[in-house]
Amino acid sequence: MIDTLVPIFAATIAAGTPLVFAALGELVTEKAGVLNLGVEGMMLIGAIAGFATAVTTGNLWLGTVAGMAAGAAMSAIFAVLTLNLMANQVASGLALTLFGLGLSAFVGKPFEGVSLLREGAPSLPLLGDLPVLGPILFRQHYLVYVSWAVFAAVSWFLFRSRAGLVLRSVGESPDSAHAIGYPVIRIRWLATLFGGALAGVGGAFLAVFYAPMWVEGMVAGRGWIALALVVFATWRPARVMVGAYLFGGVTIAQFFAQGGGIAIPAPFLSALPYLATIIVLVVISRNVATIRLNSPVSLGRSYRPD
Amino acid sequence: MQLKLETRAEPSRLMGWLAPLFAAVLTLIAGFILFSALGRNPVQAFYTFFVYPIRDLNGVAELLLKASPLMLIAVGLACGYRANVWNIGAEGQLTLGAIFAGGVALYFYNSESPLVLPLMIVAGAIGGMLWAAIPAFLRTRFNTSEILTSLMLVYVAVLLLSYLVHGPWRDPQGFNFPQSRQFTESALYPMLISGTRLNASFLLSIAAIAVGYLFLNRSFLGFQMRVAGQADAAARYAGFDARRMVWLGLLIGGATAGLAGVGEVAGPIGQLLPSVSPGYGFAAIIVAFVGRLHPVGILLASLLMSLLYLGGEAAQMGLNLPSAITGLFQGMLLFFLLGSDVFINYQLKLVRASAPAAVAPLGATS
Repeated sequence: MIDTLVPIFAATIAAGTPLVFAALGELVTEKAGVLNLGVEGMMLIGAIAGFATAVTTGNLWLGTVAGMAAGAAMSAIFAVLTLNLMANQVASGLALTLFGLGLSAFVGKPFEGVSLLREGAPSLPLLGDLPVLGPILFRQHYLVYVSWAVFAAVSWFLFRSRAGLVLRSVGESPDSAHAIGYPVIRIRWLATLFGGALAGVGGAFLAVFYAPMWVEGMVAGRGWIALALVVFATWRPARVMVGAYLFGGVTIAQFFAQGGGIAIPAPFLSALPYLATIIVLVVISRNVATIRLNSPVSLGRSYRPD
Repeated sequence: MQLKLETRAEPSRLMGWLAPLFAAVLTLIAGFILFSALGRNPVQAFYTFFVYPIRDLNGVAELLLKASPLMLIAVGLACGYRANVWNIGAEGQLTLGAIFAGGVALYFYNSESPLVLPLMIVAGAIGGMLWAAIPAFLRTRFNTSEILTSLMLVYVAVLLLSYLVHGPWRDPQGFNFPQSRQFTESALYPMLISGTRLNASFLLSIAAIAVGYLFLNRSFLGFQMRVAGQADAAARYAGFDARRMVWLGLLIGGATAGLAGVGEVAGPIGQLLPSVSPGYGFAAIIVAFVGRLHPVGILLASLLMSLLYLGGEAAQMGLNLPSAITGLFQGMLLFFLLGSDVFINYQLKLVRASAPAAVAPLGATS
């Protein structure tokens, strides 16, 4: 029993990692009051930028950094539109996703069918040899450990640091934050860039380490699932982690079910993550008070200090 | 001296209509730079992209053929968007419309009854509405964001279609290709201009524009939806039923998207394939915005977007560039529009440098 479950759990963590990055990034963005619906587009750009760089330079880490930079650059477009030009955040986020779809498909054409050597996941010394936990937790790609570090950092920053308090105040009441003298627009810019950078890393992880290849539209809705996760997690980092791995598990379940010869047509299994997203959203948003109490008050609203 | 954004006393209607023009011009300029950067002669590339595809009657017919689903879906989405109902799953509703219409066509395969096509049209609209009813129900009953649910259902719809054409609806004589039988004549729209692919579904789209205009700009219900979108508190005081707005907004969008799906499978495609749309459901979102959520604007914007599709195909053949360049142009168009929209509510003012710093470095407006 354990022997069959261990690889499933290990694969679940790897599959959930792009969601961890993207959702933690979006969480910080939304905590500052900015709703960026362009996660899918930023992940796609991160994926192709990361993959292209990794293929051309042969350096996977350089690819990851490139993915991060590309994600941040995408979010900068969004920030200019919504924070400086007061454009509607919903429409701008959609635009970012549509643009990301088009740009990544365009740039990615020459990289279709190009293969990148699969980097074997290293086993951490000592920890990797632990029974059960070792193969599940400590024989992952380095970026998985990075994602745990990001989780710890985001949790600490948001709820234990002064800067995090300021960021949250900007999301709750930009007027008060502005009146006290905090640069609302600049803080929102930084939060948006952080979200874009992490979405880019998530995309890069997908294309450079997880797949590893480039296929047009390969993010396949993970950006949207990450957005749903933030709501599902009621804007709390620890719950984001739980949700991300839950969804990683759902994605993996279909492969194991197919491998295990369960007689459900493949398309129905592939639809599971999307249906699961709808279900968790329904469960969490059913109670209006939960959302109202937990969502940043100014989420999605433009702010202009004058 | 520096430039500063200053709030207008009231939103500028003129700018509301000029912004899409700005956006189009800026997209062209960006395209010019893009083509140059890609090492193509920009003038020649422009000709290939924007003029060559519509040089003759056949080209114009193709322009209208591709504009047809875009305007149809966009006018339906505009009803919802005006009421702040964000249906972004039109691509899935289109797919369901295609599935329902295709199901009718395959069920009545070989029938020569003139009722097959009307039945397909009705079934397609119902299919789209059913798919849109899911987010409407979840939003009104469980307060679930229709943005995410409608989008998730796109993936589900595409997988459902994929299952059908790989499995139960696969053409028995199709050498195992994932496609249904070719529809017979009774299940296809009649042609409008012989020698081209333009069919009668275009008339339906034009009718939708007209009905959309009457509904949105001349009916009380359309007015209620606008109020619900712009001032929901006012709408509540006036006693407008918010749930009804959500249902209406989503169902209308679903119906038009479903009809667009019928137009594809009973039109240029003529059968069910794993993919029945090159992203019309998403492009229509851009069309709705660029058209200012106004049916006349949508008509014009759909022609522009259609030209971008044709240009992408021409660029692939004539310029050796991936046709995905279409998506790039579409995205840029929407960015530039959203950026230009700042001038609806704000105006540029030249102020002395000693004045408080401007919010935005306005040189970078677009």
